[in-house]
Amino acid sequence: MIEITNLTKRYGDFTAVKNIDLLVPRGELFGFLGPNGAGKTTTLRMMAGILKPTSGAITVAGVDMIADPVAAKSKLGFIPDRPFIYEKLTGVEFLRFVAGLYGQEGLDVEHRGRELLALFDLESWANELVESYSHGMRQKLIISSAFVHRPEVIIVDEPMVGLDPKAARILKDLFREYTRRGHTIIFSTHTLEVAESLCDRLAIMVQGEIKAYGTMDDLRRTLQGGEKGLEELFLRLTGENAARDLVDVLDA
Amino acid sequence: MSLTPELPDPALLHLLLPKWLTARARAASGEKGRGARIGILGFVGVLFWAFIFGVLYRLLTYFRGVDEIGALLAGKLLGLMLLGFTSILLLSNVITALSSFFLAKDLDMLVAAPVDWLKLYGAKLLETVIASSWMVVIVAIPMFTAYGIAYKGGMLFPLLAVGAMVPMFIIPAVIGSALTLILVNVFPARRTRDILSVIAVLAAGGIVLLFRLVRPERLARPEGFRSLMEFITVLRTPTSPLLPSEWVAKTTMGYLSGNPDWLSLYMLWSTAGALLVFGALLHRGLYHTGFSKAQESAQTVVKRGGFFHRLGQLVLSPFGILKRELLLKELRLFFRDTTQWSQLILLAVLVVVYVYNIKFLPLRGEGITFFLVNVVPFLNLVLAGFVLASIAARFIFPGVSLEGRTLWLLRSSPMAVRDLLWAKFWVGTLPLIILAVAIVGVTNYLLQVSDFMFFVSVGTILLMTFALSGMAIGFGTLFPQFETENAAQIPTSFGGLVYMMASVALIGAVIVLEARPVYGFLAARAFGQPIEPTEMALGFGAAALLCVLATLIPIRIAIRRLEAVER
Repeated sequence: MIEITNLTKRYGDFTAVKNIDLLVPRGELFGFLGPNGAGKTTTLRMMAGILKPTSGAITVAGVDMIADPVAAKSKLGFIPDRPFIYEKLTGVEFLRFVAGLYGQEGLDVEHRGRELLALFDLESWANELVESYSHGMRQKLIISSAFVHRPEVIIVDEPMVGLDPKAARILKDLFREYTRRGHTIIFSTHTLEVAESLCDRLAIMVQGEIKAYGTMDDLRRTLQGGEKGLEELFLRLTGENAARDLVDVLDA
Repeated sequence: MSLTPELPDPALLHLLLPKWLTARARAASGEKGRGARIGILGFVGVLFWAFIFGVLYRLLTYFRGVDEIGALLAGKLLGLMLLGFTSILLLSNVITALSSFFLAKDLDMLVAAPVDWLKLYGAKLLETVIASSWMVVIVAIPMFTAYGIAYKGGMLFPLLAVGAMVPMFIIPAVIGSALTLILVNVFPARRTRDILSVIAVLAAGGIVLLFRLVRPERLARPEGFRSLMEFITVLRTPTSPLLPSEWVAKTTMGYLSGNPDWLSLYMLWSTAGALLVFGALLHRGLYHTGFSKAQESAQTVVKRGGFFHRLGQLVLSPFGILKRELLLKELRLFFRDTTQWSQLILLAVLVVVYVYNIKFLPLRGEGITFFLVNVVPFLNLVLAGFVLASIAARFIFPGVSLEGRTLWLLRSSPMAVRDLLWAKFWVGTLPLIILAVAIVGVTNYLLQVSDFMFFVSVGTILLMTFALSGMAIGFGTLFPQFETENAAQIPTSFGGLVYMMASVALIGAVIVLEARPVYGFLAARAFGQPIEPTEMALGFGAAALLCVLATLIPIRIAIRRLEAVER
């Protein structure tokens, strides 16, 4: 469903993403993990067609993102980590606008919009201006906007930030059900429990490279982690000496 | 589900829908003080229109009465005004295009959506045209009305004016957007924003200087020319035959004088059309690379322990750690934000032009009395005060608003609000004082005023600067714009308008209070009348007291207000 080949992104002398390959098939829930500054957001933004890769290729449902961006983007939904919503639009107007960007309108869209708002307890806020929404409510609205046009692939940067436990639970269920219906979701997260319980497969990025990639069992095998959980595997790859450093810091 | 095989194709108008809905929601919102705001803005707007219309109408009726050269003069004047518009439009389009095409917050969503490149170009260009041209439209309306009425243009004249002006708005917008697009692609990505803002400001400075060097006021003084024929020749020569402004002037004056110049109108529309095609092609080729580059942060490595850091630490060490760090923070934020300090270049150019104009005031020669030479610097205080108030509105007024997103940090720290506001006050006031003394000192020197006037004007401008800064802090806190990220927009808010009106009132009050003692002194020197010390003390004392109060009271109110803010 989404395939990236030899993908590299350089900012001046700094290489944010180094020559990565990835294949996420249809119907998969795929998680991107990694410490801050590992290159997750850059990779996701390249997949969404926002950033232009320095080199490499991205295909979405067989369509080349660079050669035919409009066709590729028509199959995508994107939820950024710092979502922007027009402050002076109401929730329902915003959903209608996003659906329109994907060429969709009419009763189906209205119905889906209402259902999504209801799902996230935003029904009574549907006609309020976004400026009156709390951070979590904005997050719920932007998530709804990614589902309103039923894209084949949804790319999400940090979906759980700011959500209350109920909304987080709903989102997890929504992700699962959506992929069960044959759609694909790729998301980055720092919540390892969510990644471990939710994702079919995972990739751990460190300094722009994919250091480990596969199912939880694959990761355990690669990292010789025995029965260890994702947190131990993650720390082994990214910061095993943290405890020693802490002592040094606190003694300083 | 409506997943059809053909690609989605949102209409151009759909992309503009949020802007339209936003405008509608703003218009419908019943926020507090909205009526008063609209009332004040409407009143100021009508006054402004009446002023422009009145002045132009008088001038044009006078021109109409002058045989031979009347229409030429009117055309020349229109050409010059439109040339000014073109420069402003070009500059404003470059700046606006950077924001609308590359920095706007909705771009992430629009670029990630399956929106055709041409639609995106069209929508963003339209946004750019509207955002950068509305001010010119506001000035152009009374201007063209004056021409239409003075020359009896008839019912169709407004149509012709609109038909001529629309391409004149499109042309600089396309050029400005293309220029921005090329610059974003050419310069190293991390520096693009910085370089663009500096270029824009330098260009603005250049335009202002150019205008001064052209000396348009020469045309108003035909006696400066050797003969009438020479004057007419200058008038007949197009100011800039290849510029759209000249085509608009020719179209308008041709129509008004009964010889319609359709070729100029055709030139306007064909150029606009050709440029649109060129701009769209350029957008197709370069936009994605440019947008991708613009996403990269303008991060720079800051050298640790540099000279300025050490100097700052040393100079500010007597203030203690908290105040020193607050002052250093203000200074760092200001100088690391290119969009902020680069405007100082423009300011410097404006000051040079201001001083240059004073230098060329015809205050030497026969009939120029001692009285006049010394009254001019006194009135100069009004203009200098207004310049300083504008600068304070741009740089000091937004200070508290810009803390909006970090207020949680400042409020949760053991820091007194008083320290924060006074740090902002001093960081803003000291450069303003240097500027104030420079403007007034240099102009006084050029005018060779008496020692008394020198002392009075420098003292007054010093006190006035403190008051204007204090009021900027006060009004900036009373009317905060915590959600605005762009500092340049904050002074254009309602609070900014109220601040400017209060500043004008203060300047007026100080001048009125000092007028009597200054007149007394000048009369004493010119006509040998005795000086009245009580009158002097009262006048100057009241002005000084007013300035001190206008400095302290707004800051006190601001402290209380900020302490009560809950965010």
